[in-house]
Amino acid sequence: MAQIVLDQLNAKFTGGEILESGTTHGDEWARIRRDAWIAAATFLRDDPATKMEMFIDLTCVDRLGIRGGKPDAPRFDVVVHLYSVSHKHRVRLYCGANEDDAWVDTLCNVWAGANWYEREAYDLYGVRFKGHPDLRRILMYPEFVGHPLRKDYPKEKRQPLVRRQAGSRE
Amino acid sequence: MGALDWVTTKLTDATNWARKFSLFQYPFVTACCGMEFMSVAAPKYDIARFGAEFPRFSPRQADLLIIVGTITERQGPALRRIYDQMCEPKWVVAFGVCASTGGFYQNYSTMPGADQVVPVDVYIPGCPPRPEQVLDGLILLQERIQRNEGHNQVAIAVEAAERKGIDVPLARIRAIGQKAETP
Repeated sequence: MAQIVLDQLNAKFTGGEILESGTTHGDEWARIRRDAWIAAATFLRDDPATKMEMFIDLTCVDRLGIRGGKPDAPRFDVVVHLYSVSHKHRVRLYCGANEDDAWVDTLCNVWAGANWYEREAYDLYGVRFKGHPDLRRILMYPEFVGHPLRKDYPKEKRQPLVRRQAGSRE
Repeated sequence: MGALDWVTTKLTDATNWARKFSLFQYPFVTACCGMEFMSVAAPKYDIARFGAEFPRFSPRQADLLIIVGTITERQGPALRRIYDQMCEPKWVVAFGVCASTGGFYQNYSTMPGADQVVPVDVYIPGCPPRPEQVLDGLILLQERIQRNEGHNQVAIAVEAAERKGIDVPLARIRAIGQKAETP
């Protein structure tokens, strides 16, 4: 579908920045080394052959205990979906981050739309986005402790802000 | 009567009769149940037949809080504040399973029923409930109002009794309320 995107990436970044790339079910994907994350995104946006003007989605995957069959793979994957309005092609980018050093550079300065998605990923997975202008929780409340979509958060553990008092008349 | 004249008098009966046919609702609509709520409020099912047609968009002008939809933990303080702002006597209806019990949400973010933060008088199950169920729930609420049994009505009665220095168990107030219903 959009092999040209991967070809352009692999031709531009020859120093091992593209860790892996491939096609699954007709969709192209590439795994980017963390230090080339912004460079790769900017290149894909600006290169006339790729022209990924449109930021579709940013989310995160917690591979706790799975790691895609590779025990030394990073625990978290930040996943970005991009679309080119001009060329009508898509690509999916991955960037890994480990638990003890869970951060990725922000894409806010490449696509402004990434702002709230990165806040969501930070809120629910606890991956920090370096350089983000306003990295606060967006769905959960500030008093919430922990990151609920991490696989090691007990999914039914509620953190109530307010409850009726026991023994009250109402 | 003596010490019991604080609870069920003919005057209470008359005011409760007036109140049950003049409910001013505050719809706290958070989710898809809102569509079914609109259906109840619109001419086809016509909640106006029961004197509860007029939604007020300030809790200070309402005496019936209808909680329509899922309540998250984050919304808890806002819901509690809205309830506290309403004038007494006031009643609460939980509309749909999410407001009643949390429904199929069993997770870190959803409150397991609005009664965790406000006292609920009538629970209407359904996902969402049919308009007929809502009207049935409203009739149940009206009966409860007539019996002076709403959570807030009971609290007011107990408070009035305490002002007079009478210690009355809640169960007794409820029993007297039921007695008043029988002719």
